[in-house]
Amino acid sequence: MEQSYIQITIDGREIMAKEGQSIVEAARDHGVVIPTLCDFKSLPPAGTCRVCMVQIGGRIVPGCTTPVSFGMVILNDTDDLRNLRKGLIEMLFVEGNHMCPTCEKSGNCELQNLAYQYGMLVPRFPFLFPHRKIESHLPHLLIEHNRCIQCLRCVRGVKAKDGHEIFGFIQRGINIRVTIDSTDPDALTEETAQKAMDICPVGALIKKKTGFKLPIGKRRYDVNGNG
Amino acid sequence: MISPEMRLQIAEIVTQYHFEQTELLAVLSAVQKKWRFISADMIAVIAEEMDLPVVHVEGTASFYHFFSTQHAGKYTVYINQSATAEMAGLKEIIYAFESELGITIGDNSSDNQIGLRTTSCIGMADQEPAILINGTVFTSITPSRVSELVAGMKSNSLVRDLVRIPLEAQKCYPTLHTEVRNNIRLKGPVFFCDYIPGIALKKAMELGSLDVIEWIKKSGLRGRGGAGFPTGQKWASCLASESDQRFVICNGDEGEPGTFKDRVLLTELPEMIFEGMTLAGYSVEAKEGILYLRAEYSYLREHLEVLLESMRSRHLLGRRILGTRFSFDIRIKEGAGAYICGEESALIESAEGKRGQPRNRPPFPVTSGYLRRPTVVNNPETLGCALRIILNGPEWFRSLGTPASAGVKLLSIAGDCRMPGIYEIEWGKTIREILDLCGADRTLAVQIGGPSGTCISEKEFDRRICYSDLSTGGAFTVFSRDRDLLSIVHNYMKFFRDESCGFCVPCRAGNVLLVKALEKIMSGNGTLTDLDKIQELGIMVKKTSRCGLGQTSPHPLLSTLNSFSEIYRDIVRKDVDYLSQFNLESAVEDS
Repeated sequence: MEQSYIQITIDGREIMAKEGQSIVEAARDHGVVIPTLCDFKSLPPAGTCRVCMVQIGGRIVPGCTTPVSFGMVILNDTDDLRNLRKGLIEMLFVEGNHMCPTCEKSGNCELQNLAYQYGMLVPRFPFLFPHRKIESHLPHLLIEHNRCIQCLRCVRGVKAKDGHEIFGFIQRGINIRVTIDSTDPDALTEETAQKAMDICPVGALIKKKTGFKLPIGKRRYDVNGNG
Repeated sequence: MISPEMRLQIAEIVTQYHFEQTELLAVLSAVQKKWRFISADMIAVIAEEMDLPVVHVEGTASFYHFFSTQHAGKYTVYINQSATAEMAGLKEIIYAFESELGITIGDNSSDNQIGLRTTSCIGMADQEPAILINGTVFTSITPSRVSELVAGMKSNSLVRDLVRIPLEAQKCYPTLHTEVRNNIRLKGPVFFCDYIPGIALKKAMELGSLDVIEWIKKSGLRGRGGAGFPTGQKWASCLASESDQRFVICNGDEGEPGTFKDRVLLTELPEMIFEGMTLAGYSVEAKEGILYLRAEYSYLREHLEVLLESMRSRHLLGRRILGTRFSFDIRIKEGAGAYICGEESALIESAEGKRGQPRNRPPFPVTSGYLRRPTVVNNPETLGCALRIILNGPEWFRSLGTPASAGVKLLSIAGDCRMPGIYEIEWGKTIREILDLCGADRTLAVQIGGPSGTCISEKEFDRRICYSDLSTGGAFTVFSRDRDLLSIVHNYMKFFRDESCGFCVPCRAGNVLLVKALEKIMSGNGTLTDLDKIQELGIMVKKTSRCGLGQTSPHPLLSTLNSFSEIYRDIVRKDVDYLSQFNLESAVEDS
């Protein structure tokens, strides 16, 4: 079937978006940056982090789960949106325990990078200092729950070799946690652990044994704020 | 490790539910009921037997309030901690249970005979304090009743034998064994009047499905669950969606604190609701209907199953209804304790045996709902209205209420009034008129539509119950001048914090932060700046949350900051701009 295009506007700029695309995808195709955390390449969108909120008319909608439609006029850069996004980033910082200086992902961390981009000096909310676990029983992967932002990327994108689900969500509300199938420790190979670490936007999933291969200062966001 | 017998028994349960993955909640409920807990080992066996990923079963089991990994006691007492229960003496009841048993909430007696837990509103706001023991409801509890119940549980009585049925109810419901009263205070022309089963359905079939939808559209009927979406339009969209299969779901997950009208409808008029579902099924060309019943109402299950069977035998359900070519059947699926499942897409996920997490929209359920098929999800009251519209015509329905809010609304009135219960009123009545009806005086505030709705003060008592002014799913909770409004707001905010599914950031973290911010104010350490910050955070959570829960959860705070700002201003410190939430002395003491 032939791909049809529809015209949308982002911050006054006219864009020809592919029909069926989300706002985030259309923007990305045309070099317009809408910040994202839970969104990842080809994975189906989750809509957990909400930092891609954009404004359409009087409504604020998530860019990752909202499909483009003809003549859509989108605002992506307003004071209100900047404040909302910054607020969401701050919420993520206070609900977990994010100690950037000691984190293997520092410089490669999407949350840290967004906090810099949005000029977060100190969160406006009080820190919750939750008691969270570090799971170290798996041979190839460390799960550092203190840093997890429950974005669902691993749950959506990392499966066992035979395709079965190994990551999932347990509990609910503030106690929601990522979990891994502990009945089958062999399902998580070294290769899968690397994939999990790469897909994780923060330092919650860390591949064991190697660390700090690329020195701080030369990492993704150290070089370029837009990655 | 798990014993071979237990493994076999779990396998039997799974077989009973035909290995259907959509029946996971029912399987988990059966396991919880039998063993009083669901351990990691049991989860692994269930996953294996049902051919589901372990993380899927674990995720589902840990999502719902009524499933537990720890032993919940042979008798599990769930004390409902709603605001109306607090007003009716919840503290004394908790104290009575704790001192009778020598344990605190969250614990079991040493022999695991009795487990003491709390739970969110169980839909008994007109007869508080109310509790659940192994799924059976006990209402209007007093400390002396607590002693009786504890004695009964200690001596291994059947829970059924502990129930005291009110005299007036004994004759009415042979299939019900409950002490829950219906308290119908005001009858009206849609629900609580003559109803003869089958006539509306017959008439609908004469009209044809397109005309039925046209009539529903013309009647101006809008969803009665709270969101107010036009019903005719919902049905039309479902019918217009291409599919080999469509579903009708009746949303019996009435969880908004303070509302109980669906419980009364399902007790008094279930046949009307089931016929309404069948009528909807006929209109959208669905063959299957599901009543999603909240776990708190599981005591109605048998009552409803007996009726469904009787309807089948009278050809009102099943194959070839009323001798036509139309077939439709209804089955009941039970929840397991989660307010969020009242949200239609979360309800669908739950009905499919998953965590009750709302879906991203679009697509909407009318195009992709249960099993990704077009699905109509309606509130029981909406379905009842639809049936009456077919009986009496759309013009008749429009003549009730106001031009923009047609028909009647069932109100669940509770709190500080002499006659709590169900009132069938026409839309458009003022708050003052309703307060007179239910015998409320010295009223400080009324919570319209439950915590997710609006809290109004006396200045606003001339406002009207209608979609364009005070829209409501039906809860109408009255607070007298003797009440401490902030403790009620605190109760509501904790409710949302505990019931958030945790999927999106603002609802998960924002509600915890809002509760903390309110607690700072209540402790006397708040400042005027803190009030502004609450406002800012509340709006942030509303704007960015993924579903209706987070989009309305800040309402108790925002709406009282608006209508009762003096209460907040009176207790904040005006001499300083900022006070830390961190108290060094108490932190040192804690450590």
